[in-house]
Amino acid sequence: MATATAPVGQPPRADPARRGWRRLPVVHQLRQSVGLQRGMLVTGLVLTGVFLLTAAFAPLLAPYGYNQLRDADGAFGAQEPPSAEHWLGTIVGGYDVLSRVVYGSRTALMVIVVAIVLSLFAGVLLGLVSGYFGGWLDRVLVVVCDAVYAFPSLLLAIVMAIVISGGQSSLWGGVLAAAISITVVFIPQYFRVVRAETVRIKAEAYVESARVVGAGHWRIMTRHVLRNATRTLPLILTLNASEAILTLAGLGFLGFGIEPTAAAEWGFDLNKSLPDVTSGIWWTSIFPGLAIVLVVLGLTLVGESLNDLADPRLRSRRAVASGEAAETPVVPGGALDAGPGGLDGIEETHR
Amino acid sequence: MTTARDDVTREDTTREDTTREDATREDVVDIDDLSVSFATDAGPIAAVRGVSLSVAAGEVLAVVGESGSGKTVTARSILGLLPETAATRGAVVLRSRDGGAQHDVVALSPRQLGDVRGRDAAMVFQEPSTALNPVYPVGWQIAEGLRAHGRYSRAEARARAVDVLRRVGIPEPEERVDHYPHQFSGGQKQRIVIAQALVLDPGVIIADEPTTALDVTVQAEILDLLRRCRDEFGAAIVLITHNMGVVADLADRVAVMYQGRIVESADVHTLFSAPRDPYTRQLLGSVPRLGEGRARAEERAASRPAGWAQAAPVVEARDLRIVYPGRLRRPDFVAVDGVDFAIRPGEVLGLVGESGSGKTTIGRAIAGLTRVTDGSLQVLGTEMRGVRERAFRPVRSRIGFVFQDPASSFNPLLTIAEAVAEPLVVNGRADDPRAARGRVDELLEAVQLPRSVGDRFPHELSGGQRQRSSLARALALDPELLIADEPTSALDVSVQARVLELFAGLQRRLGFACLFISHDLAVVDSLADRIAVLYRGRLVEEGTGAQVLGAPQHPYTQRLLASLPVPDPGEQARRRAAWEQLRDA
Repeated sequence: MATATAPVGQPPRADPARRGWRRLPVVHQLRQSVGLQRGMLVTGLVLTGVFLLTAAFAPLLAPYGYNQLRDADGAFGAQEPPSAEHWLGTIVGGYDVLSRVVYGSRTALMVIVVAIVLSLFAGVLLGLVSGYFGGWLDRVLVVVCDAVYAFPSLLLAIVMAIVISGGQSSLWGGVLAAAISITVVFIPQYFRVVRAETVRIKAEAYVESARVVGAGHWRIMTRHVLRNATRTLPLILTLNASEAILTLAGLGFLGFGIEPTAAAEWGFDLNKSLPDVTSGIWWTSIFPGLAIVLVVLGLTLVGESLNDLADPRLRSRRAVASGEAAETPVVPGGALDAGPGGLDGIEETHR
Repeated sequence: MTTARDDVTREDTTREDTTREDATREDVVDIDDLSVSFATDAGPIAAVRGVSLSVAAGEVLAVVGESGSGKTVTARSILGLLPETAATRGAVVLRSRDGGAQHDVVALSPRQLGDVRGRDAAMVFQEPSTALNPVYPVGWQIAEGLRAHGRYSRAEARARAVDVLRRVGIPEPEERVDHYPHQFSGGQKQRIVIAQALVLDPGVIIADEPTTALDVTVQAEILDLLRRCRDEFGAAIVLITHNMGVVADLADRVAVMYQGRIVESADVHTLFSAPRDPYTRQLLGSVPRLGEGRARAEERAASRPAGWAQAAPVVEARDLRIVYPGRLRRPDFVAVDGVDFAIRPGEVLGLVGESGSGKTTIGRAIAGLTRVTDGSLQVLGTEMRGVRERAFRPVRSRIGFVFQDPASSFNPLLTIAEAVAEPLVVNGRADDPRAARGRVDELLEAVQLPRSVGDRFPHELSGGQRQRSSLARALALDPELLIADEPTSALDVSVQARVLELFAGLQRRLGFACLFISHDLAVVDSLADRIAVLYRGRLVEEGTGAQVLGAPQHPYTQRLLASLPVPDPGEQARRRAAWEQLRDA
């Protein structure tokens, strides 16, 4: 690359390995963002990070187990206010609130992971096949997905919970019930996004050029279409993760959650704290509720700012300081006098 | 011929008169030391650097330059039409037509800008189909400008709209004023856009590539209309274009821009006859001219071995018909209607036609991307009518294809080396892109690209580099037939000249047969052995360059040739007179 054409104030290009991690979805956007958008993204990333760390190190962070009712000094007692032994008090069943909030993050994470993995694979595959081949298969799948869209998701989740576990369940039964019901609702979202991208990419000249050299359908789908169709997925992923938590909490709140002895679950705790609110016991509802709000907020902030950053029209950039000499031409020159290969550095775009 | 020459001299004297007048009058636009930079992800980028320009009343100033030279940004700054990411320095003084008011556009508030736009300066956009709102009648859209600048009753506004539509040459304006944009042809839409600009009688019209999206024959008519804008409406025109033929046809004065600066500014005759700046000279030298390829084609024809004409053709079409089925009760669209042609081994057939003439469809049918409806199309011995993908796949490796837009014909996630290796891998000549690297390097060298380009991604290359890579990919399997679909129409003229040269050299060396599709007669002429002219799906004329361009038989070919503006103001004035005769006949 001709040095004369390097934009001012831009660091020299890093070696491929370092450029590699900088191009990772979230890292790349973080480096790209400025101002309020950066604030939003950083807040979201911090909240999400705290959530992930809490889930990973729950046994170390929580003072007690999630289903522990007594320690060496005897039973905890029900509805105890916050104290030195129980920082956030205890709930009506006698469990420690702090421990259950911390362990609750594990359940939430499990549901998110299972739901997203299931819906991602199914949705992307269906969308790819449907968009690429078109025809009657495409029409049928689109109609089915529209029908699923029309279905209230929480109602569907309740039905799934009853079908899978009869409404009451162990840890994995509850997690799977919530995850699968969320999966069913999310598949159409991935399906639609990937299908729309596939239909667009199918008409691109590089897909035609692959057809012209004789590449088979499978090769075109995986090598040329799929890799270009996944650009918006990180965004839907974060937004769906927050939706998954809300669905799980909703299920728990309605009484289709996980038994307190099997796992800690925020929605279930909220449900149990319902009568407490009127009798002035605030700690049983505030903390699980706060946990839900913060995690959903964090994930949504990440998703929304990724959305804004992905769109060049919404992305804010550093303003050009007046007087700052920007000496870079739009298309660096030399197009005319360059010999073979002397066209280096033309149209250097950094996306 | 003498009358035509007289015309030129007469025109010259009138021009001189106006210049003398202008000296006493003020310029409508005065740009002083304008600099514009854009905030981008890669930091600030200067698009315009210290440009000073002035436009006299009733003058056509052409701003020419290649993509990225800053010509559009300069012209748009006259209307304050720059995106929010732009930072502007300098002054752009715009005077109203009566000379009463003058404003520095750079310093105006958005509200004041709204007052100035349309009244003192108006804009004609490149793509007429997107510049008009499809859900409103055209009359309403013309009246929109009136409503923004004063109070008009409905009847008044309509009367003004009808009047301006008549003056830009829309037939039956009383009726058509209520029609919607989709009911007009592309050329008529551009007339309406010009009418929109003219309705408030502005002192200056900014025309940003006003004919680039149009066919050559339509372009000639729009250029004629723009000339009338100057002569009858007295508007000054700032014409932004990359087409030197258009400049020669319309402009009074020319400013050449390169890398955000004006490198040369002169009146049109001086610029074309005695360009001073080396860049201008190179730019003019790169423009393809008619008749350049004739000698080369004759030389090649002479060196063919005996019996060549009897050899089996690589491609043979007989009464070829391709129909796109209509949707929702629309009639079927016949794209190609009974076409016969043949391409012999090692021969370059140039296929010329306007948009919608079916030239791309023919190319796609030969590559097996579009189905043949009727007739016969033999490609390398395979009948394409009703061919199965499985049967055609082995033939594909003997055909190369170069696409029109080099930007979109590469998968953005593959490096150039991987993309060029793709045909080798797919056809089993190499196990993976790495194993094919030796051959890829050879190919890149053949198209005069350094090996290091192989490790770059498509967006890191220029248009010319990408089109060279595209050529390398098409040649990877040593094809017997190459289909090139408008391979240079997305490129700047200087880049186009070098890609064409490279193409001709490779064709000579490798000897592949080629179908070269283009809308540009001059480009086709420089390469092709024979030229075929398509018009509305039919082949109206076929022959050597000397036959088709020297003595065209079909009226359409004659019109096409006469419409093509040549980069020489004197010659173009003569051609224009001939074109007007042909039009009026």
